[in-house]
Amino acid sequence: MKLEIKNGVFGYAGKAVIRNINFELNTGEIVCLLGKNGAGKTTLFKSMLGVLKPISGSILLNEKPIEHWSRPQFARLVGYIPQARSLPFPFTVMDVVLFGRTSHLSTFGSPGKKDRLLAEECLELLKITHLKNRSFTQLSGGEQQLVIIARALAQQPAFLVMDEPTSSLDFGNQIKIIRQVNALKNNSLGIIMATHSPDHAFMCDANVAIIHKGKMWKTGHSNDVVSEEILKEIYGVEVKVRLLGNPECNRLVCVPTV
Amino acid sequence: MNETIKVKQMESGKLTLIFTGLVILLVSAILFSACLGRYPLSVSDLLTYIFTGRSIDTSLPTVLLNVRLPRIIGALIVGAVLSVAGTAYQGLFRNPMVSPDILGVSSGAGFGASLAITLSLSLIGIQLMAFAFSMLAVFLALFVSKIISKNHDKILMLVLSGMVTAAIFNALISLMKYIADSDSKLPDITFWLMGSLASITFDEIKVVLPLVTIGIVPMLLLGWKLNVLSFGDEEAKALGVNTGRLRLIIICCATLITASVVCIAGLIGWIGLIIPHFSRFLVGPNHKYLLPASCLSGSIFMLLVDDVARSATSLEIPLGILISLIGAPLFLVFLSKSTKKSW
Repeated sequence: MKLEIKNGVFGYAGKAVIRNINFELNTGEIVCLLGKNGAGKTTLFKSMLGVLKPISGSILLNEKPIEHWSRPQFARLVGYIPQARSLPFPFTVMDVVLFGRTSHLSTFGSPGKKDRLLAEECLELLKITHLKNRSFTQLSGGEQQLVIIARALAQQPAFLVMDEPTSSLDFGNQIKIIRQVNALKNNSLGIIMATHSPDHAFMCDANVAIIHKGKMWKTGHSNDVVSEEILKEIYGVEVKVRLLGNPECNRLVCVPTV
Repeated sequence: MNETIKVKQMESGKLTLIFTGLVILLVSAILFSACLGRYPLSVSDLLTYIFTGRSIDTSLPTVLLNVRLPRIIGALIVGAVLSVAGTAYQGLFRNPMVSPDILGVSSGAGFGASLAITLSLSLIGIQLMAFAFSMLAVFLALFVSKIISKNHDKILMLVLSGMVTAAIFNALISLMKYIADSDSKLPDITFWLMGSLASITFDEIKVVLPLVTIGIVPMLLLGWKLNVLSFGDEEAKALGVNTGRLRLIIICCATLITASVVCIAGLIGWIGLIIPHFSRFLVGPNHKYLLPASCLSGSIFMLLVDDVARSATSLEIPLGILISLIGAPLFLVFLSKSTKKSW
């Protein structure tokens, strides 16, 4: 399966934020979306999810333009994981995960026993079964993010769109989320994840797509694309990219010079 | 997995208990209200009459069927409608401080009624005008928000448009009061705006009940979808909910039912704000259970308050005043209770 953007120009009220977007996400692949604050990552996501209408160009899911998919049909294939946010009412964690089943229900339907068992499995997969009966509003940011991931998994999608899933999380929780992302890739999901840490691309052995100066600037495997010059160009700071070669951790790392 | 099912059973057991309790309370409140009044009845007389049709007292059927029953049914409908509309709007606007008149439904009705009274229309004329203008006010708010919210936050624009519409109609109500004859018309307008169930008849109920049913059933059925809106428009869309359509359906249904009761009962505030909180306290935030619970507790509350209104003093206390006097302190109590449960 494939989620694809062709010659996309995206923005608000006819004003383009990013243009010339050509991009492809396949199942079983992670793409890390890099770019500085305000580069247009969220604009790209909103457009990919069909929440924001493209100014021009087309977005195709399984070769079919996304505006031809109904909301439930689309949600059964593409899950969205936003940044952790507040909720006005104290739904339980179980309820929140069950919301992920909405696209599989009929118009007036509500989740049944099968949906509950599936939600249970999603919680178990993320090792948060113990939170099941807690109120979502009382959880820590990291726990909330895991619950939102469980909710997206309950949609049983083929693709996940993750908007900075590690923002506002502590160091440990960030790593836990990255591990989950890797595990999900191995379950043959296609994942696009916006992140502010280029290290995440190395940790996931991911492809990267870099949005810079209003367009898709570079794409390719992280090891080839994420270089010292490119990071300097995007973020405006000196960063050393080094291979950490001991047997447990054979990958590139970013070390900013302070 | 066994544990999930056990928890689920425990949960549904608790819900069954709460709903059974509410139904018992409702039936008791109805019996109590039927016996209460200037012409006192005993519960045993009442039950004998209900089950055998026989009555020792010849005036019992008249009092019961022509005076008390329409008013009891009226109170139940008005209470249920305002509470369900309030609950649905709080979910829809993702804000527990919202009440059913957020989009101007009450202000529209108030203006329609004042205009009709000023023009010396009949009672039916007043009700029709109140109904028409309350619908008009909401559709005006919807229309304005549609025009101004191109890429802005749609919900915020809707609330603001509602506020503007309400402000305009409130100004028009004041204008009507200003030009109305201060001996005959002004008291009528003032009295209508305070809300009352005193003059409800079976004929009115026969018209209102089908309208209310048409509006309330889809809302009860859409409870689960309404939950998903709590996460905001974008997330709800990504979860597969057609948010624009859902919002429109809920607003149309809520407006239809609110307009239907406001035109026979006048403006009754607070209940649409308190009962959702109380019901959330009882059954939690899941609208699948919250909406029916609001329906039941709203009708019980309304019936009891109306009992006070008609029998506490020799002169009937206007319902709108009484509800605010009882409702406002009660709201504080629920609020302090619910902050402990963190919402």
